[in-house]
Amino acid sequence: METLLFYAFAALTVLCALLVVANPFSRNPVTSAMFLVLTIVSMAGLFVLLHAFFLAAVQILVYAGAVMVLFLFVIMLLNLKEEELRKIKRFSLVAGVVCVGAILALFLRSLIQARLSANLPASGAEGSTAALGKLLFTNYLLPFEIVSVLLLVAMVGVILLSKKELK
Amino acid sequence: MKLEVLPWLILFLPLLAAGVITLFTLKNRVVSARLSIGAVVAGFVLSVLFIKLNGFHPEPKELLANWLSVGDLRVGFGLRLDPLSLLMLLVVTGVASAIHIYSHGYMEDDRGYPRYFAGLSLFTFSMLGIVLSTNFIQLFIFWELVGLSSYLLIGFWFEKPSAADAAKKAFLTNRLGDFGFMLGILVVWATLGSLDFAVLQDKLAADPQALGAMATAAGLLIFCGAVGKSAQFPLHVWLPDAMEGPTPVSALIHAATMVAAGVYMLCRVFFLLNAPALHVIAVIGGVTALLAAVIAIQQNDIKRILAYSTLSQLGYMVMAVGVAGAGGNPAPAMFHLATHACFKALLFLGAGSVILGLHHEQDIWKMGGLRTKMPVTYWTFLVATLALCGVPPFSGFYSKDAIIAAAQNDGPVLFGLGVVVAALTTFYMFRLVLVAFHGPAKSDAARHAHESPGVMAWPLRILAVPSLFAGFWGVEKLVGSMYVTEEAGHAVAWYQEIFAPFVQAPAAAFGGLAAVLIGFFLAYALYARATTDPLPEKLGALATAMRNRFYLDEFYEATVIRFQDMIAAIADWWDRWIIAGVVVKGTHGTTELFGRALRLVQTGNLQTYAFLFVLGVAVVLYFALGK
Amino acid sequence: MTPVGLEHYLVVSALLFALGLFGVITRRNLLIIYMSLELMLNAANLALVAFSRFNGNLDGQIMVFFIITVAAAEVAVGLALIVALYRKRQTAHVEDLTSLKL
Repeated sequence: METLLFYAFAALTVLCALLVVANPFSRNPVTSAMFLVLTIVSMAGLFVLLHAFFLAAVQILVYAGAVMVLFLFVIMLLNLKEEELRKIKRFSLVAGVVCVGAILALFLRSLIQARLSANLPASGAEGSTAALGKLLFTNYLLPFEIVSVLLLVAMVGVILLSKKELK
Repeated sequence: MKLEVLPWLILFLPLLAAGVITLFTLKNRVVSARLSIGAVVAGFVLSVLFIKLNGFHPEPKELLANWLSVGDLRVGFGLRLDPLSLLMLLVVTGVASAIHIYSHGYMEDDRGYPRYFAGLSLFTFSMLGIVLSTNFIQLFIFWELVGLSSYLLIGFWFEKPSAADAAKKAFLTNRLGDFGFMLGILVVWATLGSLDFAVLQDKLAADPQALGAMATAAGLLIFCGAVGKSAQFPLHVWLPDAMEGPTPVSALIHAATMVAAGVYMLCRVFFLLNAPALHVIAVIGGVTALLAAVIAIQQNDIKRILAYSTLSQLGYMVMAVGVAGAGGNPAPAMFHLATHACFKALLFLGAGSVILGLHHEQDIWKMGGLRTKMPVTYWTFLVATLALCGVPPFSGFYSKDAIIAAAQNDGPVLFGLGVVVAALTTFYMFRLVLVAFHGPAKSDAARHAHESPGVMAWPLRILAVPSLFAGFWGVEKLVGSMYVTEEAGHAVAWYQEIFAPFVQAPAAAFGGLAAVLIGFFLAYALYARATTDPLPEKLGALATAMRNRFYLDEFYEATVIRFQDMIAAIADWWDRWIIAGVVVKGTHGTTELFGRALRLVQTGNLQTYAFLFVLGVAVVLYFALGK
Repeated sequence: MTPVGLEHYLVVSALLFALGLFGVITRRNLLIIYMSLELMLNAANLALVAFSRFNGNLDGQIMVFFIITVAAAEVAVGLALIVALYRKRQTAHVEDLTSLKL
């Protein structure tokens, strides 16, 4: 059952990701954004399979909820209709294939060389909210606080950037 | 020694004046002139005072400060005080004082008046530095300073191309001689390990062979410096051209300072010169004396005649050094130098007075009849002429006689040469006097000539005194006492002094006198009533050659200068095409080419950068993860 | 069917990463490029969670938590930049933004 679920989610994730970057039917950014939402949701499913329940929730809340809504807002705001018709240049296509091929080949080769599956059983690390929270407020308290400051800074920065006139 | 500070004051007062004028009073003509004149006159007064207090033989104490020490080389900065330098101190400050005062009148209307006086002061300072030097390096520094200040003064009217060229010529010709001088100094240092005159003299006294095989070479190389500065053949060409400077400057250069430096230096380092070197020196001096005297006969510019006469007299002095022989006594050279300084300064200042009176007319064939219009100038000029010709009892007679007597000891050739030159000297000087001052006025300017003002006339009168009497002042004995131990005193009365030459060396004295008479009668016969020069018809091509200075300038132009130009052109070509072209431009061209090529990579397209970036990451990963 | 192991997750992660990279390099629209970047981040997240699970260690998940936070901040700033750029240049296409070239 678990295996089946994994393959289903994995296939869905990869397929949706493909449609985000290279949708043969539509080049509308809105379509891409919607497929990105799907990718993120199915990835949350993978998180659940890995017993990372808290992260799965955060993934859906933050990404699918906040971030993607932000994306959609911006897409609407910029009104990119005419640009969507531009052609993809052959050079960039070749460049992309070369790059991606090289990186992917390297990853996969190192995976095959490592042969991890044989001796690594899934262990009992449960990503429950309680367990993560305990860690977050003990060992990782300082990074946690710093991240909060980072968010504040980002907020201030965004407000500054969005002002019409910089004085 | 009393008042040790005086020589320092004498030396540095002119420099101070030059500095103050250049820095502060360039706008103020009167103050500048007074500063400069004050400095040099004070120098003269202080020199007299110092000699009065200490005599000509102060305690041999050199006032030394260590100025430079590199490895074994120690260069001091001090003042050498002995009869030789003290005599020169008097001559330089005295003659320079007269010239400074005279300049006050002569340069009255010139725009660059303060600059002129600054240059004059610098010149005096440099010359005093040479005179008082204790070692070769100090001497060489002041030597070069004299070259520099002569450049500034000869080229004083630099907007005139001929003056600028003359200044350049003087400077470069001197440089040629100085190059040899410097090599000589190096040879001396390499073989004897010291540059101090006193130390060198002691070393050579202890071991006359100390210089070894280099003795002749060292002597001749050092003589090179004198050839340049004292304008000896073949580097004499700059001196006549130096007439382009203001006349008082010519007087200063020709009388007391620059050209005297060479002879003075030879006397100063006389102990270094051995017999072969001295022989060459004597011959060069003789050749110069004869050549210059012959050229002077056919010159028409009043200052040029005097210039060649200076050359000729310098030849005499150098010859006097040469014929003294190793370990001998070059005192006649210094004697003649001192008397010559007085009467040649007087001649030049007189010529300046004439030139000014005739509104800058320098051609003697446009003068005439000035005897009555410019009496002071005439009489003082005549005194100087008689002194130069060597008529007793004028000073020149005694100094020239001393030289001819020394030449007589050396051999018949130089003796005969000396007598012939004496005759030629009388001839061209009386040609000048007769044409310029006697006879009818030959131009409007000459008809309206007027006597110069007192500020110019008084220096003439003052200089006439030593021109007349300097022969009796015992200059020769004074200087001679440095080289040979004095014979037990036979005091002679002043009237005996007058006839001394006829008693001691009758051949020389009567020979000289005969030469003067021959020269005078020849000149009188030819020029007493002439309105044009009769000589070119009689001598033909020879006269043309004389007038053109035997084409020596043209010869140099065609050989040395052409050769230099060729080397310069090659160097220029090399620099322009190989150094600047291939090497420099090639380097920067290659760099630029690569820059342009690499610039194409900068597309400005974000994704190109991303692509290259990822490729780089892939390569790094490939190696990081193991091949 | 073999049980799902670490390498399965890593393969998925690698594929996601490759797709994101492909998007970054080929697409011209700044917004799509941005989305592709998010994909790449998520690929890294997946790998980290998988490592955490198979190592019995929660540190990896903590890391992912931080990554999500930072990514949120980054998206906010990045999108604000894009908007500002668009206001100034009236375009969101990288081809039109070549002021890096002289």
